[in-house]
Amino acid sequence: MKQGILTDILDHSHRADPYPLYAELRKTPVYHDGEGPYVVSTYHEIMALLHDPRLSSDQRNRTAGAADPLAEEDTGDSATLPPGFLKLDPPEHDRLRRITNRPFGPPHSPHRIESMRGDLDETVKNLIDDIAAGTSGNGEGTERIDLVDQFSYPFPVTMICRLLGVPREDEARFHVWADTLAASLDPDPTADQAERAKVTQDARMELGMYLAGLIEDRRKNPRDDMLSHLAAATGEESMSTMELLSTAALLLIAGHETTVNLITNGMLTLLRHPDVLQRLRSEPGLAVPLVEELLRYEPPVQLLPQRTPLVDIEIRGVTVPKGAAMWLVLAAGNRDPQRFENPDRFDPDRKDIQHLGLGSGIHSCFGAPLARLEAQKALSELARRLENPRLLEDPPPYRQNAVLRGPRHLMIACDGIRP
Amino acid sequence: MPDTALDALRSSGRIVVVGASLAGLRAAETLREKGFKGSLTMIGDEPYEPYDRPPLSKQVLLGKASAAGTALPRRRAIDAQWRLGVPASGLDMAGRRVKLADGDEVPYDRLLIATGVRARPWPNEAEAELDGVFVLRTRDDGAALARRMDAGPRRVLVIGAGFTGSEIASACRERGLEVTVAERADAPLVGALGGVIGAVAAELQRENGVDLRTGIMVTGLEGDSTGRVRAAHFSDGTTLECEVVVVSLGAQRNTEWLLGSGLGAGPRGIACDAGCRAFDITGIVTDDIYVAGDVARSPHPLFGYQFLSLEHWGNAVAQAETAAHNMLSESTDRRPHIWTPAFWSTQFGVNIKSVGVPSMGTEIMITQGSTAERRFTGVYGYQGRIIGAVTFDNARWLEFYRHQIESTAPFPPPYPTVDRRAEGSRPVPADFPDPSVPTHGPTVTLSGYSPADRRLTFTPAR
Repeated sequence: MKQGILTDILDHSHRADPYPLYAELRKTPVYHDGEGPYVVSTYHEIMALLHDPRLSSDQRNRTAGAADPLAEEDTGDSATLPPGFLKLDPPEHDRLRRITNRPFGPPHSPHRIESMRGDLDETVKNLIDDIAAGTSGNGEGTERIDLVDQFSYPFPVTMICRLLGVPREDEARFHVWADTLAASLDPDPTADQAERAKVTQDARMELGMYLAGLIEDRRKNPRDDMLSHLAAATGEESMSTMELLSTAALLLIAGHETTVNLITNGMLTLLRHPDVLQRLRSEPGLAVPLVEELLRYEPPVQLLPQRTPLVDIEIRGVTVPKGAAMWLVLAAGNRDPQRFENPDRFDPDRKDIQHLGLGSGIHSCFGAPLARLEAQKALSELARRLENPRLLEDPPPYRQNAVLRGPRHLMIACDGIRP
Repeated sequence: MPDTALDALRSSGRIVVVGASLAGLRAAETLREKGFKGSLTMIGDEPYEPYDRPPLSKQVLLGKASAAGTALPRRRAIDAQWRLGVPASGLDMAGRRVKLADGDEVPYDRLLIATGVRARPWPNEAEAELDGVFVLRTRDDGAALARRMDAGPRRVLVIGAGFTGSEIASACRERGLEVTVAERADAPLVGALGGVIGAVAAELQRENGVDLRTGIMVTGLEGDSTGRVRAAHFSDGTTLECEVVVVSLGAQRNTEWLLGSGLGAGPRGIACDAGCRAFDITGIVTDDIYVAGDVARSPHPLFGYQFLSLEHWGNAVAQAETAAHNMLSESTDRRPHIWTPAFWSTQFGVNIKSVGVPSMGTEIMITQGSTAERRFTGVYGYQGRIIGAVTFDNARWLEFYRHQIESTAPFPPPYPTVDRRAEGSRPVPADFPDPSVPTHGPTVTLSGYSPADRRLTFTPAR
């Protein structure tokens, strides 16, 4: 890839505010520097492509050597396991997603997410109580809270454990693996790469072994959790153990880092818009539209790097050749002035809010109902309980990752914590 | 320069909406939203405020919702005078008055007609009167049929396998009731989707335990001594015992009240221009009478300017909004109603969706998925272009095909897609029945061409 706007977007120095770069990118709705990927950044084009059956999500349809600086960034499931449904096309994608959905959502399991509300409330309460008691964090109490480490990070992984059916006594081990795998998504140029790769590989192996054991146990002693239901399925609508492992890993990874960033970006945005934070305290119903606007304004997945056309396709006068690498920059489409009025304004009262934050089409976010509920609950409770919260550092330090973009730490202080 | 007449209409005019269902309500809401401050009168023949019909053949029959609980959500207050339970009985175009069945007259400055359609009744009146013989169109129909289904009839006979009939049969099976479906054509849904898809629908019905009888007509219904239906006779000489009969033979347009009014209204609906203004019988467009919803037939530039009548929920909403906008606009600000037809159905656990006008198609190609798996996308072609598409449990792709239809993309599609199977390698005849042979009635009716035969570049609104 040539030096240019894509290099800038990937460059960590722009991580805190990539939006001016996206605005620049939108001037060329289908951008190609002659070597790298074809990058689509305008709302209507992205929306159309997300529903375009001429596009594949399967890397095997990519021409060998199609230049893509993100191609190496692995989502962590490839070394030993078959690809998860995120990286498959129909019919394989549809089959795996359909089976996974059976114990997760309507029509077969309309109450799964609703039934997690109690767990969710309790987890949020405990995490904030721990901050109040000073039992999490670095001993500086409410003077210096790292919202990422003390709240955003542990919350979603706990919920995924409950969803899958990881026993509580094993949750701590699960957190360690999840942390290691999440860190592997975030390249650290200063670290020993071989050592990092080994640590990641070990974590992946241990997690895989652990899940395989758990699946085996759930086959014999089923409970009402997703792994039990998935393991118990038989016949055409069931998965092999390898597929099940791969799916569990996908749910863990795709559902973790993204939700961490949604919550952290949410609190950061609220602290930058104190009027909205104040409103959230008095209007609990605001959490729902607020999270939607957040998914537009600061989407946890900034771009989708894995689409490939099966045939030459023309978009806005540009021919994208068969097998080329394509990026769909959701975060740029979400700020497209052709689609949203005052797109750079954070406005939870926005009426027309069909954002791209959770994607669209067959690969639209599988965990969306859980992610939404988690973010709504987390932000409402943080707003309600933290007294006079404020940012200690703005902008906060960001992770390396340009795709799953979010702060590495979010240091805040508050005057106290309400019960 | 402001149009003073239009200003007067906006501030103190009288707008009358005949038809208090989906189109009428959405039009009224749009009028208020656009700042109409004058008097608004809503006339409806049913005693209920506007309600939603799609659930009547689905959730209501399954007992998951009550017929009384189908009231349409309101987008805003419309501050209207409601004349419910009294049908309109006539129109005085010169005097600008709507006559009501109770003898009252309501004057208007602008009139919107959204009287919709009603269920086509069983042609033999005495047989139609038998206890246990139903149609399904209204809230009362839905409540009565649901009540009868609660009683657990030993067998239900559905006459006509269009969308409504098929959904009723699906609800019966889901409730564990024995059901026979009689259809004059060779398969269900053929009027709307053709024989290739009809064959899939037929398998779906039979697999779900429906006693589906095709290529057959019901020649008579028989009652017992107490006036309850007990059997049906078929054209093949057989007889079926049944306790409930649902007549599902399509719809008739509610235009009889306009007979002799001078408006261009008849059994095929009320002709209007793309701006929703009604034609009079001489073919001249009126300027104060508008039409929206199922009763309207209007020319569509995307489909050769043929006049389309669409019994589609989304069409009613879109056309009502356009009509309301145009009623309050200068001629230069008027908008055309160029909604791309789209509808959905749920039956036997399968979500069926369609865009465009499949019934214009001569060929079909299964571009994605497999009919054997009941998860597929079928694309219809007409004269070398894509004219419609249908999905079975594959709706997330439909938006792409809508764009293809709107940009008059070529047929057969010259590109590969994900999930292309062997059966999708080439188009096959779509196998629509001869339109002159009556079936249960498709949800899109094509009725002739407008004078214009020009090509128009269609660019979807962005």
